[in-house]
Amino acid sequence: MLYREAGQFKTTYSADQQIFPILQDRIGFFVTMAVAFIAIPMFAGDYLTQTIFIPFLVLSVAAIGLNLLTGYAGQLSLGTGGFMATGAFAAYKLATSFPDLNIIFVFILAGLITALVGILFGIPSLRIKGFYLAVATLAAQFFLLWLFNKVPWFTNYSSSGVISAPPMSIFGVFVTGTEASHTAKYFFLLVLVTLLALAAKNMVRGHIGRAWMAVRDMDIAAEIIGIRPLQTKLAAFAISSFYCGIAGAAWAFIYTGSVEPLAFNIDVSFRILFMIIIGGLGSILGSFLGAGFIILLPVFLTNAPHMLGLNIPVDIISHMEVMVFGALIIFFLIVEPHGLARLWQIGKEKLRLWPFPY
Amino acid sequence: MLLKKITLAAVSAAIGATALISVPAVAQEGGQYVPGTVYRSGPYAPGGIPWADGYGDYFAMLNERDGGIGGVPILYEECDTAYNNDKGVECYERMKNKGPTGASVFQPLSTGITYALLDRLRSDKIPMITSGLGRADATIGSVFPWVFTLPVTYWAGADAITQYIKAEEGGSLKGKKIALVYHDSAYGKEPIKTLEALAVKEGFQLDLFPVPHPGLEQKATWLKIGRQLRPDYVVMWGWGVMNSTAMKEAAAVGFPADKFIGVWWSGSEVDTVPAGDAAKGFKAAQFVLPGKDFPVLKDVRTHVYDKNKGMGKPEEIGSVIYNRGIAAAVLSAEGIKVAQDKYGKKPLTGEEIRWGIENIDLSPERLKELGLTGMINPVKVSCNDHEGGGDVIMTQWNGTGWDTVSDWIKPDRDGYLRAMYEESAMQYAKEKGIEPRDCSKE
Repeated sequence: MLYREAGQFKTTYSADQQIFPILQDRIGFFVTMAVAFIAIPMFAGDYLTQTIFIPFLVLSVAAIGLNLLTGYAGQLSLGTGGFMATGAFAAYKLATSFPDLNIIFVFILAGLITALVGILFGIPSLRIKGFYLAVATLAAQFFLLWLFNKVPWFTNYSSSGVISAPPMSIFGVFVTGTEASHTAKYFFLLVLVTLLALAAKNMVRGHIGRAWMAVRDMDIAAEIIGIRPLQTKLAAFAISSFYCGIAGAAWAFIYTGSVEPLAFNIDVSFRILFMIIIGGLGSILGSFLGAGFIILLPVFLTNAPHMLGLNIPVDIISHMEVMVFGALIIFFLIVEPHGLARLWQIGKEKLRLWPFPY
Repeated sequence: MLLKKITLAAVSAAIGATALISVPAVAQEGGQYVPGTVYRSGPYAPGGIPWADGYGDYFAMLNERDGGIGGVPILYEECDTAYNNDKGVECYERMKNKGPTGASVFQPLSTGITYALLDRLRSDKIPMITSGLGRADATIGSVFPWVFTLPVTYWAGADAITQYIKAEEGGSLKGKKIALVYHDSAYGKEPIKTLEALAVKEGFQLDLFPVPHPGLEQKATWLKIGRQLRPDYVVMWGWGVMNSTAMKEAAAVGFPADKFIGVWWSGSEVDTVPAGDAAKGFKAAQFVLPGKDFPVLKDVRTHVYDKNKGMGKPEEIGSVIYNRGIAAAVLSAEGIKVAQDKYGKKPLTGEEIRWGIENIDLSPERLKELGLTGMINPVKVSCNDHEGGGDVIMTQWNGTGWDTVSDWIKPDRDGYLRAMYEESAMQYAKEKGIEPRDCSKE
């Protein structure tokens, strides 16, 4: 009844090709944006912003990055952590070598450097497929972290191997370092994420995205219809790494403020892979849903006993968190193997018929 | 449908189980809130649990024996970080504003979390004590006003261990070979700079052997050490399961245990007991001595464990890491006490407690009052010296307990460590745009 597109006629091509062709979706999108840009900064406190929204936004970017590569182009990658580390360390080197460089350029350049590294590690994808490629990208994960651990130049010869973000501002407002308020950090990140997500959405609707999907579904057929596998796969690696690099830089600069290479270990790669599997492979919305699920659920589970007024020893909470979390992942995968995004799609279809299903 | 029933059953069972094990909640009003960022789960839990028990038990003892500090009850609450930086930050953010006056002082017990909190402490105005861990250059109080490294840093520890080896070798290290086996993380890398400086000064050869987290795979490392390099001494900066693995591997390649020296995080019962006979003779540097007979531990037994309010098992009291947890709690409590002497006996803010910690003077008399004589050496903190000049002592595992094998060793801070702290802190200040405060005016 509420969600019905009957009567919404498209009279121009641009109206027909927009991202949200259904009015209700557009309203939903703008409401979400209004909540993100107005309500959250106004009402969310320090704790919510710092421990939930900021990591959620950062990991959403990484999840979008991996989703472009794995969900759209079909190249399984376990190197996300390594690429995020590359972004973080590149941003650190840029920010400390050129202190006057604006943080926007620092992030973009860090993304570009990561894209180059991504292309380098994407070359084997022309020969290796599937699980074997996953193992090859695992090499990127271990090699890159080893490199940042081993070569002191990357950490400006810091004795502990930890890099910490210098204070940087944009239009006179600090977004990293001690002076930065949590609202400023959140806004900067939100704008970044919005732009990157829109770019990704448009990319996957355009010829690049179609080429990726063709390669994913059957690379020989794609080659026959004139899609060059070399360029397509390397573009997927480059763009995916660009996103992961920016996510890594944002993680180091905006979320934690200081990181060691260990912060981007293999667990991070797996976490982001789980995000896109649970959220939905081949869906931008799914990247956000998956990131939300993986970030919010543990925080919710650790806080839930307190909200219920129970006082349980912390170790039991920790162990329960892991158990419940694992059970929920299995539960969701059994209920809907195509992820939360697919669940949302089914929900919308049901909503079309509601309240009079056949 | 079946699935739905099973899920429902599981959820209700989980809720039922939590209801059974729930304990009475801590009163949140009228007291000094002390956060405990501990880890009782995760890969490093065996070392984290005794520390957490000691830290919590000391505050419980103060509440039972004295009604808190200066009559202000301590509201102690734990949060489990699992030795994970993100979780540590989450705990910090959750706890920093709790209680009537916010968190008084954090002790994260993880060098990684320490680094992650450095920036946040400055903007939230909450002090942090990194007792025997964390960033060594945070000793420079003019650059790091919110961080306290008392009583010793890793750099001081590395120096003390080298001093001990030098004494054992008859006063010269020229031409000797020392290997450092370290956890390949911010924590394990801390001593490298000091040992490299010492290698030049004393003329010994230093070889570095990083061990990746979690440290279960050390065969290649020890084959190289035991068969090829054959160093005179091996120094270890390990944590968790890495320690006992290293002891076993060292024994397997025939490296003598009494030439194998661990830093304080590598020398505790949780490391030596699993290693069995391989650990016999292993030495470890300590800044808090183990032992069951210190007066403070008697108070913990009578006021906490005899009333069944202890966090751990009574057997644990007196073990290396438990005692270190007690000592860590003493430092926090002493900071609160000194601050109360200045600002009044009421719940205090982090800023006021920071002043208290900066003016801690654990003199021999004060240590005697606290029942800590012999457990830890005197410490006196000042505006520009947040380390307070603590000492290190060497212990050796005899198969069932720790023997003291040296006197308290004073790290050579005046000689070169202080200059190294200064240099490193100034570089940090430059990178972060911090204007160092002038300590001569305070």
